[in-house]
Amino acid sequence: MDRNHPRWYRRGLKDGIPIALGYLAVSFSLGIAAKNAGLTAFEATVMSLTNSTSAGEFAALGLISAGAAYTEMAITQAIINLRYLLMSCALSQKLHPDVPLLSRLAIGFGITDEIFGVSINVDGNLNPKYSYGVMSLAIPGWALGTCLGVVMGNVLPARIVSALSLALYAMFIAIIIPPIRHNHALAGIIGLSMLASFAFTVLPVLCHISAGVRIILLTVIVAGIAAYFFPVEEDTNAA
Amino acid sequence: MQRNIYIYILIMAGVTYLIRVLPLTLIRQEIKNQFIRSFLYYVPYVTLSVMTFPAILNATNSPVSAWAGFLLALILAWCRQSLFQVAVVACALVFIIECFVV
Repeated sequence: MDRNHPRWYRRGLKDGIPIALGYLAVSFSLGIAAKNAGLTAFEATVMSLTNSTSAGEFAALGLISAGAAYTEMAITQAIINLRYLLMSCALSQKLHPDVPLLSRLAIGFGITDEIFGVSINVDGNLNPKYSYGVMSLAIPGWALGTCLGVVMGNVLPARIVSALSLALYAMFIAIIIPPIRHNHALAGIIGLSMLASFAFTVLPVLCHISAGVRIILLTVIVAGIAAYFFPVEEDTNAA
Repeated sequence: MQRNIYIYILIMAGVTYLIRVLPLTLIRQEIKNQFIRSFLYYVPYVTLSVMTFPAILNATNSPVSAWAGFLLALILAWCRQSLFQVAVVACALVFIIECFVV
């Protein structure tokens, strides 16, 4: 793999387009929520630029408007965003061992559900330039949408916001489905994951578990079962 | 008690960044253990599946358009369309259905 291929940055930009579009829609509604929580456009934009986490920021707005303690904020963010820890572990195996610390610090800043999704999807090792390409569209898109949401409120037609809201999920599907053509165990595991996730949202008791905790629990349980029964032979980079 | 918004943001950003960056910087070598390797191989698929379903059904204004977008995305992804194509075409279908059908 040519690690300095100039196309890597451009490839990242290209995959960053749908992410940025999806982010615009989601962060637009985040901006509206931020305004309701009493944040100015500048404050909300700073929050999105430095955090880039939908669930975490939505939860933070609730805490901010309630005047919660700083420790409460820290603990809440740690729990809601714990899934990034797993993603970061998985991504660490995708990087060449020679990738320097500074690049790792930069790539880590951009670990969101979506950027992780496309990063794990590239063939072979992950080139830091690819990550930078995705980040340089996705993160400004996220911050811009937040800002517009505060400033413009409900100007964007509801139908367009509604349609764009599907973009991120459609992208996830485009990442997880193609490999199942040749990997039937993976097909079963994806089906099981979705079923279990659905069960967690409808069954009594389980349905009270927050989305963040549900994602962590099911990821550890289902990926653990999968790893036990269907160990991957070699070259996990082929993911 | 009045609290400072920027201290909130600093705490959020700090905690979230540490979670994101620690494994990436601390795990420098290839993991040899086959169970852990397999586990990490499956993590993205399970995580993305759990995040997608059933949340996708509530993403749009109506479950009908959401189901249509979901199924179309599955078909397009199976046919190996690019991320961008899958996302754009599925969104377009949602838009059309909500304009004319629902």
